[in-house]
Amino acid sequence: MELGTVAIQVLNSVQYGLLLFLIASGLTLIFGIMGIINLAHGSFYMVGAYLAWSLAEHLGSLWLAIPAGIALSVAIGVLLEWLLISRLYRRDHLYQVLLTYGLILIAEELRSVVWGDDVHGVAVPAALSASIPLTETLSYPVYRLWISAVCVLLALGMYWLIARTRIGMTIRAGASNREMVASLGINIELVYRLVFALGVALAAFAGMIAAPVSSVFPGMGNQVLIVCFVVVVIGGIGSVKGALVGALLIGFVDTFGKVAEVSIGTFRLLPDLAGMSIYVLMAVVLLWRPEGIFGRRLK
Amino acid sequence: MSRTRARIAATLALTAVLLVLPLFVEKYYVQFATRILIMAIFAMSLDLLVGYAGLVSLGHAAFYGFAAYVLALLSPQYDAASLWTSLPLAVGAAALVALAIGSLALRTSGVYFIMVTLAFAQMLYFVFHDTKIAGGSDGVYIYVRPVAELFGWRPFSLENVTHFYYLTLALAAMVVVALAVVLRSPFGKVIAGIRVNEQRMRSLGYATLRYKLACFTMAGGLAGVAGYLAAAQHGNVNPDMLGWHQSGSGLMMVILGGMGTLAGPIVGACAMLALEIAFQGFTKHWQLLMGGFIVLVALFMPRGLIGLASAWKRRRGDGE
Repeated sequence: MELGTVAIQVLNSVQYGLLLFLIASGLTLIFGIMGIINLAHGSFYMVGAYLAWSLAEHLGSLWLAIPAGIALSVAIGVLLEWLLISRLYRRDHLYQVLLTYGLILIAEELRSVVWGDDVHGVAVPAALSASIPLTETLSYPVYRLWISAVCVLLALGMYWLIARTRIGMTIRAGASNREMVASLGINIELVYRLVFALGVALAAFAGMIAAPVSSVFPGMGNQVLIVCFVVVVIGGIGSVKGALVGALLIGFVDTFGKVAEVSIGTFRLLPDLAGMSIYVLMAVVLLWRPEGIFGRRLK
Repeated sequence: MSRTRARIAATLALTAVLLVLPLFVEKYYVQFATRILIMAIFAMSLDLLVGYAGLVSLGHAAFYGFAAYVLALLSPQYDAASLWTSLPLAVGAAALVALAIGSLALRTSGVYFIMVTLAFAQMLYFVFHDTKIAGGSDGVYIYVRPVAELFGWRPFSLENVTHFYYLTLALAAMVVVALAVVLRSPFGKVIAGIRVNEQRMRSLGYATLRYKLACFTMAGGLAGVAGYLAAAQHGNVNPDMLGWHQSGSGLMMVILGGMGTLAGPIVGACAMLALEIAFQGFTKHWQLLMGGFIVLVALFMPRGLIGLASAWKRRRGDGE
């Protein structure tokens, strides 16, 4: 591979990894703080992408679609938590899996009713549609760099929110002892609702900014959900730092798995089996540290 | 005393109905009943994990689909495989895959286990989806069903709908008996103990990981029986058979029927397939109704139909 190609693939890996981080961090926060395993998390990513597409058509610009879409997805998150998820806190994971599996079916079918089953493209906003030349023949789109930058800013913002603010303190306290926080007069139900809505908004936002790059298609949520599970298993569940490291690892392994060429004899290992590469990585991590790289030791 | 007697009577009645069913209904319904029985075997194998061992697997379709692919690969094109060799091979292969996945997945527990099983099933999905081993995303067709030939004698033919039904019924009955025997054995007691308190079982000196792995392997093999039959019945094997919708609907059958009971998964499989048909007749967007139904079951029917029935019986008993 040429140096220019490698540079482009490195940038792609980072961008994909950071985008995965946005989705996986919501998944891991919702589990770490509320103890809920949410299979429908990928559906929020899909809903975000479809919202970006249809709102951009109606409002005329992705810049208007994003704030409107975030407001809508926060509303969806609050409503779902209040109506359904809040009934699951004391229940076995099995029922959380079942209920959120039902939500996936509902989301997929509602998507089909409201938006149809077609694949759609979303235009890159004019301000970011330029490309930066790398070599004489290769260039890199500014929009992808913008995605990476936004993800880094959001990651920093999230770190600040959780580690440095009063709300973050309450969230962390609520994760370790719900009853104690409640008896100190803090409305823990409201805190949980906010965390869930934040997770939904992060996933939906990821879908919105990814839409111009990945296009908008049915089933996009489930694909991303399973990759995020792998991220969370590798990083250690409940750990935002783990989600970041896991997401970047997956970004690199997946991207380079698709462009590298590795053969054993006549059998082409890569890129033919690229789809498997991230699962092989997961298997290796499970053999090495079953609790994930930044996870707490399992009993 | 009367409860066991009632249960025996119900079992005998059900067996009798299942035995004479093909004599009274049309071909279509015999095929539908066969589908229900196949799904019942799949759900029973999953219940062994979820209901008895307390291991929530979201990747159980991996073993179901893998056995189906084994049959497809063993069948020569335009010719039949032998039932007597292909069935044990498919089931054995599914059990081996379960052993491999289980030995990795069982290093984790709880919510990790759910995610890891789903991820490994997805990996197998990609193996068959992305490579040309067996037709890629379109899958492969099995043009001729396996034949049951013993030294030139053919006791039955799978091309015959009724014969296929009876073979499935016999295998389902064998699975029920096998599960009943295993669960009553010392092994089954250890498995039940692990579900309730694994720490205590370990301190009693049981190598719990080995028991769980044996249980996972067995469940994988039994799911393979279902996958083999499904492949033979449909004549088509595609990556969706390994997909997570298959795993999810299996989980739904187990819970809808009543997990941790022998009859539950059978009732659940029957109810799910009937509901599917009913919803499909209702609207094109039937998954919306199914999703809503699943949400309601998760919220309000944690013990399933069997649980509802026994709660109702108890309430009636109190009234007397």
